Order: sequence, then C-alpha cells, then structure tokens
Amino acid sequence: MPSARGLIELVTDSGLRGRGGGGFPTGRKLAAVAAARRRPIVVANGAEGEPVSFKDKLLLRRAPHLVLDGAALAAAAVGAREVVVALDRMAGEEIGVVSDALDERRDRGLGWRLAVVPPGFVTGEETALLSALQGRDPKPTFTPPRPYERGLNGAPTLVQNVETLAHVALVARHGPHWFRAVGTAREPGSALFTISGAVGRPGVYEASFGTPMRALVERAGGVRGAPGAFLVGGFFGSWIDPVAVQDLSMLDADLERAGAAVGAGALVVLPAAACGLDQSARVARYLAEESAGQCGPCVNGLGALAGALETLAAGHADCRPDALRWLEQVRGRGACRHPDGAARFFESSLEVFAGEVELHLQGRCSGRRGEFIPTGRTW
Amino acid sequence: MSTVVRVNPIACDGSGLCAELLPERIRLDDWGYPIVDPRPLTPELREHAERAVAACPKLALLLQKEAAARGT
Repeated sequence: MPSARGLIELVTDSGLRGRGGGGFPTGRKLAAVAAARRRPIVVANGAEGEPVSFKDKLLLRRAPHLVLDGAALAAAAVGAREVVVALDRMAGEEIGVVSDALDERRDRGLGWRLAVVPPGFVTGEETALLSALQGRDPKPTFTPPRPYERGLNGAPTLVQNVETLAHVALVARHGPHWFRAVGTAREPGSALFTISGAVGRPGVYEASFGTPMRALVERAGGVRGAPGAFLVGGFFGSWIDPVAVQDLSMLDADLERAGAAVGAGALVVLPAAACGLDQSARVARYLAEESAGQCGPCVNGLGALAGALETLAAGHADCRPDALRWLEQVRGRGACRHPDGAARFFESSLEVFAGEVELHLQGRCSGRRGEFIPTGRTW
Repeated sequence: MSTVVRVNPIACDGSGLCAELLPERIRLDDWGYPIVDPRPLTPELREHAERAVAACPKLALLLQKEAAARGT
C-alpha cells in the first residue's frame, strides 16, 4: 500500500474523477482536504437517490470492503480519523451488508460510523447530505463554504461517492498506469453503468469510458423491439434519438456533440411504443417535486416547466415560447445544480420529441402513455 | 480581483428591491426573483451595489470578490 502522501499523487496521476455525477477530479479534492488546517472527516456517499441508477447500491452489496478500503485509504491520505458511510433509509439490503462489513473492519486509528439519511433525489448532493448527517433536513446549503472548507460539524470534509472510493482502492492497489490502460487520456478508466428500460438484461455493467453506446447496449442484452430514444446520463441527462446514438460512445467528449454527458452513468432505453413526450412530462413533474423547495427559481421554474411539458403532452396549447424562456431563467439560479440538471433534461425533451409535440398539438400521439420510466423506487 | 454581485437563492424571497436599486446588474425573472449579471462591478456601480446589498430585507444579496481568471 502506498504512503498517505503517495496516494494523493497516485490518484491525481490516475485522472480519476468523481462518479456521483459531478465528475470533479478526485485527486484535487483529496489535496484540498489534506491541505486544511483542522482534522478532516471522510464521508462515503452512498445516498443514490436517482430512480434509474442502481450502481452504487449494487457495488455496496457485492463489494462493500472495496468501498471501505477506498474510504480508509482516503482517510489516511487526508489525515482523517473518522469515516461516515451514508446510506438512505430505503436501501435496506445495503444497510445490512455495510453494517456487517463495518463489524469486520480492523483499521487501526480509524472510527467508522454508518449513518442512515432520508431518501430523496437531492439527498445525495453533498451539502444536502451534510445537512442530513447533522440532523437537519436533507437540503443543499449556500456555498461557500464548500464541504472541503467547512463541512460535517465544521470540520473540513471529504465527500466522495462510493464508486469513486472503490476506484481509489483499485488505484492504490494497481497504480495509475493500470487505471489508465482503458478509457481515454482525458477520461481514463472504467465506470459502472446502470442500463434499464427496453433491453434484454437490465442491470449494472462495468465498461471503459469510450465504449461505443451500441456495444454497451449489447452487453445489456440488446434493445428489445424498436427503440424510441435513449436517455443518457439519467434524469439530469439528455435524450438522444436512436440514429444519433449509433455513432456515440460513453465519453463526455463524444456526448457533448449531442448535448449530453455521462453523468452518473445511467442509460435508459425507451421503446418506440412509448410516447417520449408523455414520459418526459412525467420525469419533469418528478424533478419539480424533488426540488428541495428552497430557491424561488427552482420551485417556480421547474414547476412551470413541468406544467408546460404536461400541457404539450395533453396537446392543449403550444407553450414552447414560455418554456424556452423559463429554461434560461432556471439555469444557474439554485444553491445546488438541481435546476441546471433538470433544465438539461427539459431542453432535450423539447428537442428530441419536437415531432411528437407537433403531433400532440394536432390531437394525435405516436405511442402509448403510462409510466414506463420509473420515478419511484423500483429496485 | 474584481467584485461581482451574488444572490443567496435560499435566503432570497423575491422582494425585488435589488433590481430597482441596481438595474445595471439585476433584473427580475417571471416570478420576481433576481437574475444577476455576473460581470464585475464598475467603480461607478459600486455605491449602488452596496446600497442594494444593504436594502435587501433578507440579507440575501452579497458582493463577492473574485479572481479575474476564475473558471466557473
């Protein structure tokens, strides 16, 4: 095992970026926390609130010690003596597995704590998680200070997604060159992807960055029937039509061209039989309801945008001019990135299902309505 | 270093005073919440900005010093 100082260099050299959706360089975050004057705390973030993501839960079930090894290594590297593993209340099986694993740990000089937080889409946002861990509502806080400056109980806090910590453990074991053997120079390594919807074998798959989207879907048993659209990057992601997706791979540099991003690695295949506009309106309403309800532009804007998609889906009126104005009015206007992620989803819904909008305004629809993409807990 | 206006969107309740006192940098959205122009304050706007900060009933408006080359 590398020395504490060495680990930060190894992780920096590996190019590992956070796997919770934000993609922040892990080495830089470690270095920032390590440079703090007070003794820091490490939080392993397993609060995976997104209905179409299951990779953190699966990882915790199958390889809890890999995550805990990463957390212990990160703690040693930044000088922390306390690690909090945060899971949401609905993750019953993971709570049991992690609890058992913590009983087996023999890390010298390290205190572990399992914390169960309320479920919710926003709970996993790092400042919201820290609020929950301090007994307050799981809602984001205004920054600065960022958690690495002042977090849990005022201490500098390293909040890392559990998959990120598993990669930290693997980089410590095998080195940055091993990590960089797959992926690209700018987006190295592999990641866990949750593939669901109209595929033969929905589930979690590990794949290198840069894996062609087609190959990834093949891993999951291929598309069942005719695909309608691909939702790449989960609920903060973008719809991509089946033709455009053929030439894309799981890489931010590539997905940018389609206005999409890897995010937390969730991919949903919508069948052609389902109405994409109706699905989008349902997800939009979910995102509006999952707003923490703190910031005016998020509360009002996401509600108005969900209403606009519902109006379009019902074919009642062409409210697209309003919707486009509201999109610009919600971006960057929250304490967290919830409105930005939701805006990305809304915008791609209007673009990719533009034809469907026209049909609905004529009182027609090319597909079926009803919940196809889950917006509640389904796993 | 330059100074920009920033809103704490959690504290803000949309009174709209800031947009009246600093229209050069702040306008209101469809719901009455301030949309802030991120460009640095010019010296002649400084006093108006300080007045807007002081007038906010929720203390939600702040002046933030920024390095000129800040990326995000």
